[in-house]
Order: sequence, then structure tokens, then C-alpha cells
Amino acid sequence: MKPTSSSYAMLVALILLVTSCINNEKKTYDNAADIPVSREMIAELTSPPNVPTPVGLRKAKKLIVNMEILEKESTMTDGTTYNYWTFGGSVPGSFIRTRVGDEVEFTLSNHPDNKLPHNIDLHAVTGPGGGATSSFVAPGHEKKFNFKTLNPGLYVYHCATAPVGMHIANGMYGLILVEPAGGLPQVDKEYYIMQGDFYTKGENGEPGLQAFDMQKAVDEDADYVVFNGKVGALTGDNAITANVGETVRLYVGNGGPNLVSSFHVIGEIFDKVMVEGGSSINKHVQTTLVPAGGAAIVEFRVDVPGTFILVDHSIFRAFNKGALGMLKVEGEENKKIYSGVVQEGIYHPEGGTIQEMPDDDSKKVAPKENKTLAEKMESGKKIYMQTCFACHQAEGQGIPNAFPPLAKSDYLNADVNRAISIVLKGKTGEITVNGQKYNSVMTRQAISNDEIADVLTYVYNSWGNNKTNVTKSQVDQIKSGH
Amino acid sequence: MYTFRLTIIFLAFFIMNLAYGQSKMVLIKGDTYIPLYGRDSLKVTISDFEMDVYPVTNSQFLDFVEKYPKWQRSKVKRLFADENYLMEWKSDTKLSETQSLNAPITSVSWFAAKDYCECLGKRLPTVDEWEYVAMANKELPDARTLKSYNKYILEWYETPKTFNNNAGSTFKNYWNVYDLHGLVWEWTFDFNSVLVSGESRKDVDNDSNLFCGSAAVGATDLMNYAAFMRYAIRGSVKAKYAMKNLGFRCVKNINK
Repeated sequence: MKPTSSSYAMLVALILLVTSCINNEKKTYDNAADIPVSREMIAELTSPPNVPTPVGLRKAKKLIVNMEILEKESTMTDGTTYNYWTFGGSVPGSFIRTRVGDEVEFTLSNHPDNKLPHNIDLHAVTGPGGGATSSFVAPGHEKKFNFKTLNPGLYVYHCATAPVGMHIANGMYGLILVEPAGGLPQVDKEYYIMQGDFYTKGENGEPGLQAFDMQKAVDEDADYVVFNGKVGALTGDNAITANVGETVRLYVGNGGPNLVSSFHVIGEIFDKVMVEGGSSINKHVQTTLVPAGGAAIVEFRVDVPGTFILVDHSIFRAFNKGALGMLKVEGEENKKIYSGVVQEGIYHPEGGTIQEMPDDDSKKVAPKENKTLAEKMESGKKIYMQTCFACHQAEGQGIPNAFPPLAKSDYLNADVNRAISIVLKGKTGEITVNGQKYNSVMTRQAISNDEIADVLTYVYNSWGNNKTNVTKSQVDQIKSGH
Repeated sequence: MYTFRLTIIFLAFFIMNLAYGQSKMVLIKGDTYIPLYGRDSLKVTISDFEMDVYPVTNSQFLDFVEKYPKWQRSKVKRLFADENYLMEWKSDTKLSETQSLNAPITSVSWFAAKDYCECLGKRLPTVDEWEYVAMANKELPDARTLKSYNKYILEWYETPKTFNNNAGSTFKNYWNVYDLHGLVWEWTFDFNSVLVSGESRKDVDNDSNLFCGSAAVGATDLMNYAAFMRYAIRGSVKAKYAMKNLGFRCVKNINK
């Protein structure tokens, strides 16, 4: 092999690496500002919900971050679009991952097609404006500045150009993580989630391109409150995933501009929360507060499969404004931890007899004795359509796998007393009808004995059944008898 | 013979004027007003002046660079125009296919804009003059308090690529001037006189700064976000910058 300049460079680097290992390996620094950096590295930037590779054991480096600002139209929800202003083309902006002691060389480029000047204020920066002063950049230009990461934690960055509220409301925020030396503890899955509130001319759901509404923003009257920039960014096919037994870490940020998030995962308890993205660890947390312009790191082990819903527990935001995401967990059930439905039953608050509404005497019509079959059929059909139709369907065909058929039903025709009893008392559990198994619940029906006689007569005399004529006295007998 | 010569001279003058893009101007009657960012919130007095009805167009600037080759893309001094200067053009004296002759000229530096106006015996408007004319809507000389006025401007900020539209495609305002809002940003003579450091929130005790904290404290009209953004764009540029969304128009003093 010919010795090339690059192999020499590698050799030199290797020697440097080895010597620097010898020199620095066991050194700890009280002041992060003293941490030396070795070599350059171009930072991996990711769009949500992904995060870059953990820093692991790597040493502090000169980290090159190139971020482009794009103003672009994109989907807010089905049929509704919005002109987003973005860091790196996504809302929230690209995730930046650093470690303590890194010297970040940050280049902010403003796309020539953009209308407005922008800048960036990184909360991870120690210095005036968090970089805002040095990064103020006109369209078609770029600005470069350097900073050293001194404090580990999860930090928000955002645009700080006037009017700041509008720039943030249009999506100009993201997260920068500063890992401690040696990195955060390893976990199985990591995701990037950031909440934001949006203010549009039209109400939530109004179709078409929606413009920003300054008045609503000032009034803090949000039309959309969403995770990762749009409704449904984390649901359905976009849901984040994990397998049973894995530990999931979420980097949760809140861009605001106005609303504070009560971040909660339905059906999970956060084993660990790095409160406000700092070093303080709280354990066994149900809901953690993520301030506007703040963040939190939450970790939990997923023990059972299923879909876990991520919400802002200011719950109308979740169900009416979009602040809802999904974590889909696959794997073996663990019935000890969560059983699923074990039993379904009929609940009678009064212990078997229904509480009946006091009848209005004037309306009480004495049941007519000795009705003809035709009269019973007519009355029975009415009752059927009111009471039975929803489940057993118009032609008594039932619904496959849910509600058994009454038409040509072997189960029905086999035992009229059983049928009367079911209408009187309800039925739960497995039965076999015409060779099909059904395991469902029928509640007891709140109709009079006379009406039961009529409706059953109607059923027995329809759809190919055995034409039994059920009388009221039969019903009376069964009600009092058993 | 004599009249014929006179006609020739007259015609030549007329053609020169036309070719050279001497555009129509209108009288702006001066007055005293408080700018959004009045220095120390003082009232500002504007004298009468004339302003171009339309921003300078591509075709007018094309004529200009033909006449003054030092402003052609390949010949311009980097000190006076950065790499974005006339970047979209096909060559030194040719527009690209997508650029319309009647669209406003953009991607020009402050130096180029200033020289253009001066070559015509005009000048760039000051920020105060520009803002004075631009605070009018169709009916009123000062519409700044109207919701619809601010809404129009804010909506333009969110409409992409308006620099491709023709001059005159927006509304004619109270002064019969077109396109102050809704087409492109415009250079002003003293664009950087209101200092914007880029950090929007410091110096709340000092209204030389236009960003959020100080803006909220110092602004005479808290809701005039539209204007904040104009000051922000002015603060973000340097005189040699050229930008796709930034054009200009000229004004002229009235000789009494």
C-alpha cells in the first residue's frame, strides 16, 4: 500500500489520541470551561421524533453545527396548511446533541427565499442573548459563532427576532442536549417530542392555508396545541414504538409560545424524570410540567404491550386541539402487571330488581286480556323495533360474532321458558346459536310482562321460527316462579 | 430647421428619460408624526418631497447597469455588493427567464441603490420619510391603528415569493404611491440609524433596541408588529448586502 497523506494524518491523529488519552483520561475538571477539545466533528442533526447517536464515551470536541432556516408551507392537520418558519425544515427544529466541554461552531444560514431576518437563542449558551446577538442574519446570508457547553442538561433553542412571539408561534424552536461527560445512561429507545401552540385566522379545523393570528396569540387563545408541529405527527403510522421490556427515554420540550404543558403518558408512570431537563431526578411521576421555553427528560420501562397515549393533560388540548401522540409497544402480555378484561357482567345497583320509574297513573292502560295473534304481532313488532332491533337487527339476523340471530334460531326455538327468562333477567356468557359461539351480554329488558309476551310472540311467529304464542301468564309464572 | 433640431433634442431627452427609467413621481405633503420607533419617541417633521410611484423595476435597473458598467455583476466591487448581488440574472446585462421586466429590482446593495437614485438627481428616502408615506392605506394618511392595515402587512410577510410580482400589483395608497407593502422590502438611506443589535430583549431601558423586551416598552404602538419587522430587517442588513426580497425606490427634494 502506498503511504498516502491521509494515512499519515490518521497515524498522527492516532498518536495524538493515544497521548491525549494518557494525559487526560483520568482527569476530571471542576470547571467545564477548562475541558480541552480534541479534533473536529460535524454534528449529526435529526428531525423529530428522532435523536442523534448518544455521545457515549467520546471526548469533548469542536462540534460543527450547520443549521438552515426555511420558511415553508406545510400541513397543520388534514386539509389545513400553515406557513411554518423552521430551523432545519422541521417543527420542532433539528435536534442537536453535544456533551459538556464541546466547543460548538454554529453556522446559521437564512435561505435567500425567506422574507425575514432571524437569529437563534440557545438556552445552552452562556453568553448575552444565548447567541441571539451574534446570529442575527438576513435572508441569503449566514452567521457563525462559537460557544462552549458548560452545563449538562436539555435546553430549548428558539428564534429571538422581533416580534419574538410570532417567530416562536410559527415554529422556530427546538432542543439541544448537553450530555454529561461519559454520556447519559444507555437506554433502548430515545425520542424527541416538542409541544407548541399555534394561532390561526380560522378556527381549529378550518381548511386551506391559515395565516398567523397575532390577536389570538396575544390573548393566548390557541387553535392548535400539538406535538411536533402538527396534528397527528405522532399518531397512527407516525407513532413512536418500543418493545416490551425496553426502557424508553423521551426528550420532551415545550416551545410555547404561551402554554405550559402537563406532559403525561396514559398508562405509564415515569420511572425517572430529569426535572426541567436538569440534573435533579424525580422518581415515579405521573405527569410532569414542561414550561414554555423549557424541557424535561422522562424515562420509563414498558412492561406490557399496547398503545400508550401521550398527552398534554390539560386535556381539552389533547382531544380538541391536537396535543396527542402514541407510543406503540409490542411484545408478550404480562397478565400479572395488566390483565386486560377478566370478566364482564351485568350490574344491577338494586340487587336483581330494576328500579322502575313511578308510573303516571293516568297513562296506565290496563293490558287487554285475550289479545288476538294479529294484535299481539302488531304490538310485538313495535316493541321489537324499539327494544331489540339495535342488536338483533330488523330481520332477526343478529350481527356475526357479536349478537346472536333470532331468525331460524335453534337456541330460541328449543326452549320458550328460557327465552322468556332471558328477556326478563338478561343473559351473559357463552352460548351456541345455529352452530356459532357467542360470548356477549344482553341486559335485562325494562318492559312489562304483557310486552314481553307480545314481543316474543312476534319473534316466534317471524323469520321461520316455530310460531309459539307466548302468553302473559307464562311470563308472570316465570318471573315469580324462578 | 431650427424647430426640427429642437424636436430632436426634445425627443432625445424624452427617450433618454424613458430608457433611463425616469419613473413617475408624486408629491408627498410633509407633516409632523410620531414614528413607531421615534428616536426617544420624539415627533418627527417631514418636509414636502417627491416619491417614486413604483419601486424601481428590473427593466429600469437593466438600463442603469448598461449605462454604468461598474454596477454590472461581474464588475462590481465586493466592498459595495456581496455575492448575492444580481445573483438571479443570467449575465451582466440579461435577466433570467423567470424574471419579469416589470417586477421590482431586488438583490441589489444599498450602494447600488443609492448610486442609481443619485444618477437621476434623486436620493434614497430616509427611514422616517419612507415610514411616513407607508403608514397610509388607500384612504387615510395614517392608518396604523387600523386592524386591517396591520393585517395586510402581516399577511404579506407570510406570502412567499412576492418579489416575482410586477410593480403596481398591490394597492395605491393615500399619496398615490404603490407597493410600499406587499411586494418587497425597500432600502432606505439611513436604514441602520435605528440600531438593532440582533438581541431583541436586552436594553429595556434603552429604546435604541428593537427586539421584544425593549420593543414592548419603547414602542408607541404596541400592536404594530408589522413595523417591528421592517425595523428588524433593516437592522439585519449591511450596506453591501443584496437580498432577493429587498428592492428600493427614490425620492427627490422639492426645490423652492
